[in-house]
Amino acid sequence: MNIIVCIKQVPDSDKVTIDRETNRLNRAGVPSIINPFDENAIEMALQLKDKHGGKVTVVSMGPPQAEQALREAISLGADEAVLISDRKFGGADTWATSYTISLAIQMLGEFDLVLFGKQAIDGDTAQVGPGVAHFLGLPIITYIKDLEKTSEGYKVNKVVEDGYEVWEVKGKAAFTVLKEANTLRVPSLKGKMKAKTAVINTWGVVELNPEEAKIGLSGSPTRVVKVFSPPVKSNREILEGETAKEKVELLLSRLKERKIL
Amino acid sequence: MSLKEIWVYAEQREGKIANATLELLGEGQILAEKSGYLLAAVLLAKNTKLMLQELYNYGAKKVYVIEDQKLEHYQNDYYSKVVADLILEKKPEIVLYGATTVGRSLAPTVAVMVYGGLTADCTELDFDTEKKLLLQTRPAFGGNIMATIVCPDHRPQMSTVRPNVFKKKKLGEAIKGEVVNIKADLSKVAERMKLVEVIKEDSKDIDLAEAQFIVSGGRGIGAPENFDKIRNLAHALGAAVGASRATVDAGWIEHFHQVGQTGKTVCPVVYLACGISGAIQHLAGMQSSDVIVAINKDAQAPIFDVADYGIVGDLHEIVPELTKQVNNRKK
Repeated sequence: MNIIVCIKQVPDSDKVTIDRETNRLNRAGVPSIINPFDENAIEMALQLKDKHGGKVTVVSMGPPQAEQALREAISLGADEAVLISDRKFGGADTWATSYTISLAIQMLGEFDLVLFGKQAIDGDTAQVGPGVAHFLGLPIITYIKDLEKTSEGYKVNKVVEDGYEVWEVKGKAAFTVLKEANTLRVPSLKGKMKAKTAVINTWGVVELNPEEAKIGLSGSPTRVVKVFSPPVKSNREILEGETAKEKVELLLSRLKERKIL
Repeated sequence: MSLKEIWVYAEQREGKIANATLELLGEGQILAEKSGYLLAAVLLAKNTKLMLQELYNYGAKKVYVIEDQKLEHYQNDYYSKVVADLILEKKPEIVLYGATTVGRSLAPTVAVMVYGGLTADCTELDFDTEKKLLLQTRPAFGGNIMATIVCPDHRPQMSTVRPNVFKKKKLGEAIKGEVVNIKADLSKVAERMKLVEVIKEDSKDIDLAEAQFIVSGGRGIGAPENFDKIRNLAHALGAAVGASRATVDAGWIEHFHQVGQTGKTVCPVVYLACGISGAIQHLAGMQSSDVIVAINKDAQAPIFDVADYGIVGDLHEIVPELTKQVNNRKK
């Protein structure tokens, strides 16, 4: 099986703190990681490779340092990696990003399956997976918690609000993968060695030859016009009392005042 | 010239209109007033009869109805084709979808098909009457930054909108509206995916996303068996049980309960955080709750920064006491 996994490098949200003076994120010095949901997509691909043989290729679009995320994926067992990076891709929204990634995947040649994490934890949009799938002409099922290869294609369980749905897909397909899909492996020593020396190709405008009107900021339908900190709650109150009983009584009276209880 | 339109994608599951759709119609009424556009709904189903009236009652002046055997259940290929075709034909200014599992698959597919703008998971919508643009505000990175996004040149302007944020507004019981029947042409859409089975999980636990009250436990509860205390309080309040990532990673409780960036995003009326320190990735999932109550023995814990009410103390005393007092009130 030839499996492609799309991943994103994101800041590690466990290490980000808030500057309470400015109410902004302290991002300086925060390490970058593979988007946590993408790790489960990688793991799903690796398990399929373990079972059926084949090759796992990881693809990421981002600044040059996103190469580190690709090397991490190789240390886990991915075979090849491609970085999509070019100043001209900067400012791309999910539409332009989906378009650009789909061009790179088309250049990779034959494949059976494209996997994505459920969403990235920095943007939280969950839009690039379905977008790429459409540009590639692939059926997509989102939010899958497991996947089984069948003679005709794939059988997956898609998690929905009140349970899950069993879907069968014929032929080549794309899926977005949930956290509960699997348990992550740790990189082997051999993997780490391989990651150090692996050659990672960078593809930009020259290699992908996109329609220039569809990339970067100018190809993006949406524009961010304002970024601001959410209003801080002004009426924060620490409920004082001598005993647990007093504190709880005070809490319940506050909730009653607000007509909640 | 006919009136420009705002569309709400009317999500139905087994013939029932989703709550998220009714909320969107409520917000759609406000946007329609500000913009002077007409509020319409788009309803795809095998049989739509019983659902039409409800859409009118909640504010849709017009409903585009597409009935087809193939549209009984949500299927990404069929649904995206129908919605995209209709958008290209009727050219609405704005299309809103609930940020549900359906909306968040359908909207990004349609956006790519029609080259429209799409903003995910909005928590606030407004209309700039001067520039005639939809102002779409959403939390980004951990909910600590809000971004307002517009779509200046492409149409339609589309958003998925977080459930439980906007209020429904019912206009009456027998409100009249216009129905526009559209014939779907799905003959050329290959059947590449098929729904084989639907499994309902009648979990004894209340669904976090729908819950009005949530009681969550963090590492501060000390041991997996102490989730019983959290569950007891949740039971007393009729609340759902939430958990921090640390407790899920430690195997104390299933991932199903995890609130936060890699878990669920919730916005209940009351969120009770017990022994949760308040890492950004947790705050990201619960910050938009109406009222946040934090119980923690560490007065410096960041959770107190977002809490409306804080109790500094031992949760092993506070939580059972709270459970007791809540139960007493019910008697």
